[in-house]
Amino acid sequence: MATSTTTGDGTGLVEMAWDPITRIVGSLGIHTKIDFKQKRVAECYSTSSVFRGYSVFMRGKDPRDAHFITSRICGICGDNHATCSVYTQNMAYGVKPPHLAEWIINLGESAEYMFDHNIFQENLVGVDYCEKMVRETNPGVLELAERTEAPHAAEHGYRTIADIMRSLNPLEGEFYREALQVSRYTREMFCLMEGRHVHPSTLYPGGVGTIGSVQLFTDYMSRLMRYVEFMKRVVPLHDDLFDFFYEALPGYEEVGRRRVLLGCWGALNDPEYCDFTYANMSDWGRRMFVTPGVIVDGKLVTNDLTEINLGIRILLGSSYYEDWEGQEQFVTHDPLGNPVDPRHPWNQHTIPAPQKRNFDDKYSWVMSPRWFDGKEHLPLDTGGGPIARLWSTALSGLVDIGYVKATGHSVVINLPRTLTKPETTFEWKIPRWSNALERNRARTYFQAYAAAVALHCAEMGLAEVRAGRTQTWEKFEVPDESIGVGFTEAVRGVLSHHLVIRDGKIANYHPYPPTPWNASTRDTYGTPGPYEDAVQNTPIFEENPPENFKGIDIMRAVRSFDPCLPCGVHMYVGGGRTVKSMHVPTGLSGLAG
Amino acid sequence: MNAASPATREEPDASGAPGTDEKPIHILWINAGLSCDGDSVALTAAMQPSIEEIALGGLPGLPKIAVHWPLIDFECGPVGGSDTFIEWFFKGERGEIDPFVLVIEGSIPNEAIKQEGYWCGFGDNPETGQPITTSEWIDRLAPKALAVVAIGTCATYGGIHAMAGNPTGAMGVPDYLGWDWKSQAGIPIVCVPGCPIQPDNFAETLTYLLYQAAGSAPMIPLDDKLRPTWLFGATVHEGCDRAGYYEQGQFATTYDSPKCLVKVGCWGPVVKCNVPKRGWMAGIGGCPNVGGICIACTMPGFPDKFMPFMDEPPGGRFSSTASGAYGAVIRRLRTITAKTVDKEPKWRHTGREITTGYRPPW
Repeated sequence: MATSTTTGDGTGLVEMAWDPITRIVGSLGIHTKIDFKQKRVAECYSTSSVFRGYSVFMRGKDPRDAHFITSRICGICGDNHATCSVYTQNMAYGVKPPHLAEWIINLGESAEYMFDHNIFQENLVGVDYCEKMVRETNPGVLELAERTEAPHAAEHGYRTIADIMRSLNPLEGEFYREALQVSRYTREMFCLMEGRHVHPSTLYPGGVGTIGSVQLFTDYMSRLMRYVEFMKRVVPLHDDLFDFFYEALPGYEEVGRRRVLLGCWGALNDPEYCDFTYANMSDWGRRMFVTPGVIVDGKLVTNDLTEINLGIRILLGSSYYEDWEGQEQFVTHDPLGNPVDPRHPWNQHTIPAPQKRNFDDKYSWVMSPRWFDGKEHLPLDTGGGPIARLWSTALSGLVDIGYVKATGHSVVINLPRTLTKPETTFEWKIPRWSNALERNRARTYFQAYAAAVALHCAEMGLAEVRAGRTQTWEKFEVPDESIGVGFTEAVRGVLSHHLVIRDGKIANYHPYPPTPWNASTRDTYGTPGPYEDAVQNTPIFEENPPENFKGIDIMRAVRSFDPCLPCGVHMYVGGGRTVKSMHVPTGLSGLAG
Repeated sequence: MNAASPATREEPDASGAPGTDEKPIHILWINAGLSCDGDSVALTAAMQPSIEEIALGGLPGLPKIAVHWPLIDFECGPVGGSDTFIEWFFKGERGEIDPFVLVIEGSIPNEAIKQEGYWCGFGDNPETGQPITTSEWIDRLAPKALAVVAIGTCATYGGIHAMAGNPTGAMGVPDYLGWDWKSQAGIPIVCVPGCPIQPDNFAETLTYLLYQAAGSAPMIPLDDKLRPTWLFGATVHEGCDRAGYYEQGQFATTYDSPKCLVKVGCWGPVVKCNVPKRGWMAGIGGCPNVGGICIACTMPGFPDKFMPFMDEPPGGRFSSTASGAYGAVIRRLRTITAKTVDKEPKWRHTGREITTGYRPPW
């Protein structure tokens, strides 16, 4: 790459782009302008360079194909799409699966959380905090880590913080390799329930094809208890690591920080209450084992799925699509008679308009989903999923299943005795900030949460089997005209599927996974998306001068959201050029050439 | 993954493998076709062998490798700065990392059908500041590659993103490069289909190619659709443990039945895939063997020729009717035999006499 080897004098802004960003899923580009004198990121643009067009090619297809197709949206959380699609179809067809099927799906989805958060946390994000990375970016911090005893060494076995960091070194690190193995047996758990990973084979509208047997639950439970034991080491390990960064780098709470604007659409249905009808959605939504919620500045705005549904808006502004204003509106009112906005996913038309990238105008294939609270179009984020899930569940105080209890200000997770470790209780308390470290910490706690909920679901499922209620699928008819919506929490956060059926075929289908919210671009009102917003506020703690700069603080900020796109982040900094003016009409990356 | 490939960083060999001067084989992985990264993710589940065993030389005779794989790569510096991941692809183009294997994940959109912009890009062109399209990378790198490997049904045959009605004109790598294309080393495009790939299927193919590159294995055997023959030679049905029900004419009418699923949408009898035989991972999971209809996700005709997935395949009706009639007779006969073999022989009993046929000498 033809970049100059000398840098500016440090007084101006320097452009840097990271593209493609590694250790995430898909391709994300982050383009920034960095003020090295102030040690802050001045500007940030998030761009994605892959378009596939699911909403386009699904039109006219048989609605029963939807979960098989939409699973392919994502290679790490495709099962979340399949699940969400099945929920959507259940509503549209008016079918309620047998209880055992719902417990089986919950166990599959819990295993997905356990697998995905584990591999991402240790093998992708963990590398940002490993000894090799810290040595290359903040040698002073590593030196301190060598001298700092880990407070929970007794639980996890690493004497110093530097020992933890070393264990996270790619491939060479012991914990890094162990986590890879954990990501495998958790996927075995998943495959027991949903057939195969990541695109399930045994999920259907109306239930599952999995045979509910004693063996199924024994095979799952044996692995689950190994994971429970693993979490008893991992939660204290990450607490030690993340707490150390606050201590080693005063002010680190500002990295990746943004206003508390969190969304959670709820996950893991309770079959006792969930009948998949729109009319009862507010009620069964509140019975989910992860409570839905919109949180603004620390306050719960709503935990009502119907309200959440009606507030969703899809804005354009900086993305490569033509607006659908004036096009046919598929759904004017929901089944309860509430008006549905033309910018709601039920009414969206996806009209791709490929064009050159221009950071002053259109620069991404990602749209700008927002949540309208009646006054403002809020750029909610999911914080990668876990922080929003725990926050929402904690505030609502509705979940109480023994293994997990929401208190109104925290979530208490009770893990039973395992092979070599006693009964252990963890309490996730609402943090002071929505920042990179707290997103990461929540990810670890949510792994324990998912395991705890799985214990409950496994007991309930096995009780069904023991009672002889082994049916796992219910017949249904596809109506000629219908609509459906499904809500769940993908691993990375909010996931909704909106379906319109006409003449027995898909007339409209719009899935909204978490990453469109997090990676969204500046909307019609000029409001930046969450990555852009969080990175723009990020101070730089890295010790390297611009010519050796890696941008680790920026990468930590971005990865804390657990990006899952189809294409990289761009930021041009490295040995880059000094930008004379803030206005760069040709696009940031052009300056590197 | 470069941490495990010290040669690429000009550091001492930390893997402890003998022959530290050996030049590594680079693996350049482009995940930016129209993809979901599901094949990258699936490969991390492989255990026969695992990615760490491949990267650290855990099998005897494997050549040293340096993997440039977006999913778990250590490197992620700013473009043009330190540790720039994309720089390896420019090095490949400039011939500085010979030899390299090019792995492509995701289907290849047709970039010619529109006025401007890009359907998918990977890294930026320093001249224009615009993304470099994935097809342009293939044009630049394929002629210099030791081998081109297409991972997943999207990259091999177009897959789900090449479904009827798609806006991008997506296709597989052989459609793009030509089915007769051969690398400079004379190796055809190697296709490992699957949506996603069965983890060990890909790990095994990659291992085979590394052995071939090291000179210890002959040319990889591929069929006319460029699939490894030892993995894709048999059908789903031939390896499905529900085939017994088929033979006996016992067909599921609901999805939660343990019987054969062909009448509720399973395409297994005509699909080349080893999943029921091999399991998904560690012998666990699968498709029709565990209650999931085969939607034929490894096939060139996927998905259009198999939709709607939950309907009975038209060809299945005739053969299942035939096996229904034949199977009813077979089942009756088997029931008789089954009763007989379900009983122990009569000489297993208590008492003073032995009736096994042994004549006691006392």
